[in-house]
Amino acid sequence: MLNKYPLWKTLMVVFIVAIGALYASPNLYGEDPAVQVSGLRGVEVDVTTLDQIKSQLSESNIEYTNIALEKGQVLARFRDTESQLKARDLLHANFGNDYSVALNLTPATPEWLSGIGGTPMKLGLDLSGGVSFLMEVNMNEAINKAKTGMVGDFRTDLRGEKIRYRSVKDSGDAITIIFRNVDDLANGESLLKKRYRDLLFVEDEDRLTLSVTMTEVKLKEIREYALQQNITIIRNRVNELGVAEPLVQRQGKKHIVIELPGVQDTAKAKEILNATATIEFRMVDSDGDLSSALNGRVPASSQLLYERGGNPVLLKKRIMLTGDHIIDASSGFDEYSRPQVNITLDSPGGSKFSNATKDNIGKPMATVFIEYKGTDRKDAEGNMIFEKVEEVISVATIQARLGKSFRITGAGSQQEAHNLALLLRAGALIAPIQIVEERTVGPSLGKENIELGFQAIMGGFVLVFIFMMIYYRAFGVVANLALGANLVLIIGVMSLIPGATLTLPGMAGIVLTVGMAVDANVLIFERIREEIRAGKSIQQSIHQGYDAAFSTILDANITTLIAAIILFAVGTGPIKGFAVTLSIGIVTSMFTAIVGTRSVVNLIWGGKRLEKLSI
Amino acid sequence: MQILNLKETVAFMKYRKVGMIFSILFMLAAIASLTVNKLNFGLDFTGGIKVEVGFEQAADLTKMRAVLDQNGFDDAVVQLFGTSRDVVIRMAERPGVKAEMLGNEILDVLQQGMGVKVDMRRIEFVGASVGDELAEQGGLAMLTALICILVYVAFRFEWRFALGSVFALFHDVLLTLGLFSFLQLEFDLTVLAAILAVIGYSLNDTIVVSDRIRENFRKVREGGPEEVINISLTQTLSRTFITSITTLLVLAALFFKGGALIHGFATALLFGVFVGTYSSIYVASSVALALGVSKEDLIPEVIEKEGADQEEMMP
Repeated sequence: MLNKYPLWKTLMVVFIVAIGALYASPNLYGEDPAVQVSGLRGVEVDVTTLDQIKSQLSESNIEYTNIALEKGQVLARFRDTESQLKARDLLHANFGNDYSVALNLTPATPEWLSGIGGTPMKLGLDLSGGVSFLMEVNMNEAINKAKTGMVGDFRTDLRGEKIRYRSVKDSGDAITIIFRNVDDLANGESLLKKRYRDLLFVEDEDRLTLSVTMTEVKLKEIREYALQQNITIIRNRVNELGVAEPLVQRQGKKHIVIELPGVQDTAKAKEILNATATIEFRMVDSDGDLSSALNGRVPASSQLLYERGGNPVLLKKRIMLTGDHIIDASSGFDEYSRPQVNITLDSPGGSKFSNATKDNIGKPMATVFIEYKGTDRKDAEGNMIFEKVEEVISVATIQARLGKSFRITGAGSQQEAHNLALLLRAGALIAPIQIVEERTVGPSLGKENIELGFQAIMGGFVLVFIFMMIYYRAFGVVANLALGANLVLIIGVMSLIPGATLTLPGMAGIVLTVGMAVDANVLIFERIREEIRAGKSIQQSIHQGYDAAFSTILDANITTLIAAIILFAVGTGPIKGFAVTLSIGIVTSMFTAIVGTRSVVNLIWGGKRLEKLSI
Repeated sequence: MQILNLKETVAFMKYRKVGMIFSILFMLAAIASLTVNKLNFGLDFTGGIKVEVGFEQAADLTKMRAVLDQNGFDDAVVQLFGTSRDVVIRMAERPGVKAEMLGNEILDVLQQGMGVKVDMRRIEFVGASVGDELAEQGGLAMLTALICILVYVAFRFEWRFALGSVFALFHDVLLTLGLFSFLQLEFDLTVLAAILAVIGYSLNDTIVVSDRIRENFRKVREGGPEEVINISLTQTLSRTFITSITTLLVLAALFFKGGALIHGFATALLFGVFVGTYSSIYVASSVALALGVSKEDLIPEVIEKEGADQEEMMP
């Protein structure tokens, strides 16, 4: 019989729409004001902290609706913002030193819903308010750093094999090694070639030089690594801010996007993001003559640096250990109540450091703090030139062989020790970064945007609804049902996909889908009308209408989907947000308009003897 | 209810020369405007600083300009934005001055100079180098989309239709850009997204028409290509109109209700849908016809088609 769906097909449609509605429903519950407490400096938040917070809140008669330990953070929800603010002040006063206490908004999704993965849609910055930064990684610096490392490695390698050389230095385009004779050159070349397969070696026998350059592949690898490393570090730093749902993402070849929804204190955010600090341990050059160095005669293997107080220190250029190996750092006090920073190294760092300190017991070692500061000057490519600021923060005599964990003193105040620990824990940046773009959206503007977008969606929806009902009568009502189901499905899918964020252009995308989603139904209905006019029976016409329109709908939607997917792949920001809702909308509208309406049409009109059709 | 009840086939293709002349004239006008007026690129592309502030009462723009001028922001462009209480201030990058300081400084200056409460709504600072990369990416996105669509349509239909639909897309995008240039509306990333949506819509429309042409070439026995195209356009005209109407209805809702931020987006789409509807009727089919689309090209028997082609090629 024509136009009869098997029961399972109808049930499937009902089932899918129901699932969509289920996952769309968290959006109805809104958000609770909350306070989020997370540990700083390696302090863990546990059940004891939870109990402490609970009792403190009850003591001060601050009512909370829910308090829980989630993902290593305590999250206390409140009925209104007034008690939320009170609680924040109270907790900040009592826990502020070891914990970060931040205001937060948490979805008020009931537990059974969040238990099955139901979450509300994520809102883009334009809807939630907040700051976004675009940071640029200084790739020149990353490559220079890699070159410096190579110079050191070459020296060690050549010395290790007892191949004599005159000099190894970075001559800008390449690293140039000058040998003493042709034999050394040949030996050196074959040794290095074997060890470094991703480098290019060019020898010049007349001048006894070997120039080493990096291959494109190697350069790309360095850039990638610098970007990835910086992303990891920035993520750590952002976590210190205690922001709900921050976003740290790479963009293009050297940019990183950071979105901090709800953050209004941009100054603090920037301070933490911008800090590009690392640490190095170097031996003090005790043999060198400090006074002649001060007069400009610095030994070639040494460097003159200053302590915070202005005292000059002559240091060996060779770096014993860099900050890359630090895996944890915390601040505290030593036995004389002086601020100190406790440092833990990873195992390669630990063994490297242990070897380096073994031979130097009794000798002074300096901790050098390095910061890259942006300047106003720009290089030929328009990139900001960074100034490397080096400062000796402590000189201490090595008492014993140092291993994986040790401490350094010399940071001025407790606050400084704390900041240093934070920076060290967050890791050392391979290459300095700089904010190139910054956007702040006020919270009231965000709210207004949601309201306006919502009004536009509803307005467009109602207009189309009325039009379809008048134009296609009963079939128009069926199309409207599909349209409603489509909207529910879009919201459901958007809520379910972790990467999807609703933005203002995204809302526009939904509006557009509402307008275009009816297209499939218009195609089908017009076809049915055509078939009826051509004199076919009603049942035949419905069947033909759906059948003939199908390939058209498929072709038209696939092409639009191609466009949407490309937009998603290459686009950024608003374009991406738009592409997400558009592609989801295309897929859901195909489902609701073809399968959805057909099951309703079949249910009402299918298999009956009909004289007239309300279309 | 029915808006169009066409009993007779409309001889669309009879007027295709007129349509072509119109299209070419408009395209030339668009190119002229784009060369002379250029596009009024937004911050996303040019770089610079944009500060949006809100006042409690209607803003006094003259006073604002004077206040900004006195404090060294003489290049600031001050405009109302959406309502009489919302103002956007735009200016070029200040080399060497940190973005956050500038934003706050402007707020301070205004707060003191105007003597009323100024509410920060949005601050954007975009470096010009970022702008370049974005423009490049946007252009690349558009080009990739066009090429992929070309390939898909050529694969599913026929190369003449593919060229026709891509030409129609090009036509729509050019005219929409021309409109933005002519009216000097701000062209930002949202508008770019809208233009890409225009591509999607126009394509949708064109495919529906091409699909019907393909079907009719197989079904309709008598009549040349021109006749078949006329029949197809007449058959799909009703659908084309209804879909355009529903889309325009929601876009109108977006235009009037969506707020100032989405205005450019809605404008581009409103115009784009309008042009897209026209181009799917006239431009795409005319191009396919001009390129000599014929019954043989769309009849599924591949071997026969190849044979026919070879005979044609023989002298």
